[in-house]
Amino acid sequence: MAQALTITAVTPDSALFDLPWQLPLAEWPDDVVLALPRGISRHVVRFVKLSGRVLAVKEIASYAAGREYGLLKDLANLDAPAVAPVAVVGGRTTPEGEPLDAALLTRHLQFSLPYRALFSYRLRPDMATRLLDALALLIVRLHLLGFYWGDVSLSNTLFRRDAKEFSAYLVDAETGALHDELTDGQRAYDIDLARTNVIGELMDLEAGSMLEDDLDPIAIGDFLIERYDQLWRALTEEETISTDARWRLQDRINRLNDLGFDVAEMSMTSSRDGTALHIRPQVVDAGHHSRRLFRLTGLDVQENQARRLLNDLDTYRMHSGQSDVDEDFVAHDWLTHVFEPAVRSVPRELRGKLELPQIYHEILEHRWFMSQRESRYVPLDEAVSSYIDNVLSHRRDESELILADTIQLPAIDDVPMS
Amino acid sequence: MATVTFDGATRIYPGTERPAVEHLDLHIEDGEFLVLVGPSGCGKSTSLRMLAGLEEVNEGRILIGDRDVTDVQPKDRDIAMVFQNYALYPHMTVADNMGFALKIAGMPKAQIRERVEEAAKILDLQEYLARKPKALSGGQRQRVAMGRAIVRQPRVFLMDEPLSNLDAKLRVSTRTQIASLQRRLGVTTVYVTHDQTEALTMGDRIAVLKDGLLQQVGSPLVLYDKPANAFVATFIGSPAMNIGTFPVKGDAVAIGEASVPLSREVLAAMTPEDEGKLTVGFRPENLEPATASTPGAIPVEIDIVEELGSDAYAYGSLKGSDPETSTLQGGSLIARVDPRAVPHKGETVYFTIRAGEQHNFSAATGERLPE
Repeated sequence: MAQALTITAVTPDSALFDLPWQLPLAEWPDDVVLALPRGISRHVVRFVKLSGRVLAVKEIASYAAGREYGLLKDLANLDAPAVAPVAVVGGRTTPEGEPLDAALLTRHLQFSLPYRALFSYRLRPDMATRLLDALALLIVRLHLLGFYWGDVSLSNTLFRRDAKEFSAYLVDAETGALHDELTDGQRAYDIDLARTNVIGELMDLEAGSMLEDDLDPIAIGDFLIERYDQLWRALTEEETISTDARWRLQDRINRLNDLGFDVAEMSMTSSRDGTALHIRPQVVDAGHHSRRLFRLTGLDVQENQARRLLNDLDTYRMHSGQSDVDEDFVAHDWLTHVFEPAVRSVPRELRGKLELPQIYHEILEHRWFMSQRESRYVPLDEAVSSYIDNVLSHRRDESELILADTIQLPAIDDVPMS
Repeated sequence: MATVTFDGATRIYPGTERPAVEHLDLHIEDGEFLVLVGPSGCGKSTSLRMLAGLEEVNEGRILIGDRDVTDVQPKDRDIAMVFQNYALYPHMTVADNMGFALKIAGMPKAQIRERVEEAAKILDLQEYLARKPKALSGGQRQRVAMGRAIVRQPRVFLMDEPLSNLDAKLRVSTRTQIASLQRRLGVTTVYVTHDQTEALTMGDRIAVLKDGLLQQVGSPLVLYDKPANAFVATFIGSPAMNIGTFPVKGDAVAIGEASVPLSREVLAAMTPEDEGKLTVGFRPENLEPATASTPGAIPVEIDIVEELGSDAYAYGSLKGSDPETSTLQGGSLIARVDPRAVPHKGETVYFTIRAGEQHNFSAATGERLPE
């Protein structure tokens, strides 16, 4: 009996019905898909362009598709760094009436990069460190939200350039589950599996001669755990301060801000004799700098980009002699006279190379290098044109860079708690 | 290898009153394949996760062998969650794909080689050890991934709905593969599923859970033949057992127009709480064709017949049933009928329950009554 096609979508788009759902995903014609799948995937994943957006389509059993769609929706509501779900397509059949697996559609994260695309030839030590820093932060953020991932790996993560660093996003939630709060056992298991997977992925690069010789996969895996533990402790640990050193409370908040977190709730209890104070952050929200920049300028950028732009704003405030002017006014000034003219002078055809805030960050870097080399003050507009000619025009386009080259198996996977 | 013991293990989620798992007492023998089965929310996955160390145990203990692991970190429990991760690495050989976790653990190369070869022998992968995954078939790749868990030689394998993402055909073949592999390895295995067919075909023993409580544990045959209560009776078997609550009149139970005699033991086991009613169950395959004059024959008016080639199932309504005093779960009665002589829609046919195949449960508690 032929079933009707059912589409559950976050925002309804009738163009979804135009895709060739009666064909197995692997057989979709080239005029529909953007990139051919390479290698063998655990599930077939292909990319399509629909109503101006790039979507990832994953073929997966109907039960699992619905579950992952729901989880991604929950994560989106929690503002978690994860790909955004678009729709689930069920009831697919071939023209002969053979049932086909469901499809899960997610929005391709613009300017995101699979880890294998982040090094053109070999993975350098500093790149490995920065990727794992980003991954550790992502795991901590998800754990704080009560999300157990169940299969953390570099291939289940997408990276975006974020000033000098990277920020990481969850791209596969198939094995995950959302709890009110994670137990220590769940966290320990998740991070241990992350370590094993990351080491495995690096050993694979090693076997393919794509890793610098002095990089040790096991040491890098251990580094991930170390970074995770440090960050987790900094964000959740109880601290005892003496009542006459209350400045240390502000100190703790400042340290969390430096890590990029705002404290939404702090628990404080005084000791029985009243000489000490136990303080522990209860609720912390990532994105301290990006929220601050957004408030000042309306620019919505990533955390480290925001740090960079805020620093530039501070420098501007000082150099333009506006140190005692209200920050909101200076920010508006900086936006219209510095930031916007600089990014506007980037030719339209080059804007797909990098995100605009990332371009601005690189312009600042470029200006610094220029002034070092030439031992002189370099005006911003001069740096902009030099950057466009000498750097940006030689870069590859990263807005929709898609690689699908990990070999995986048909999934036999984990399911939520009963 | 080891036994696994849940000793009064309880898990209560913060902010909830009813435990997700309540005082679970379950002993799993060394080398046994135990399946935890039950409907969504019954506590089966929570129980498995307690064993894995992913859920706190609020009361009671969990032992692996003689060792109390209640407060031991997941990675130190010597267990393997199988099929959590199925990624194979394209540049590594099959041998390296299987052995890399041992390398991480710092095991000497010679020993890794030995374990990998041993696992490859069991998995029939010996001649592929030097190849890359790309050169393997789908089934072989799946076996490499299983090999990854096997080389660690864990004391217990844990599997949480490992087949739920597969299509129907692959599910059946992988089911067989896992079951036979487990028997060859002889490693104690705890397997969670919501699918009673999977449970019946794979497990040495099956533990049925509902609302956090263990309902019954036993071999597939015991669960099928002697369900401990009305819930297990309806949960195990496909199509489900016919089950309903009917008034007892004299020494017989009135199932529709039929009067089915009861044994002295059943009558004696009834209590005032049952209010003169009895819950009776009988499987569709245990109904025999009869005529109106056969004593105890149950009249059924046929609604629809499902023909499956080798089998046919007739669905119908129970005639003469008084809705005031009788309820039939699911509303219709199912009977397996001869696929070569199926009744017609609207026809009234008669069945008797095959001798010894009637299950009697207390109407008040649902517990099985003595034969």
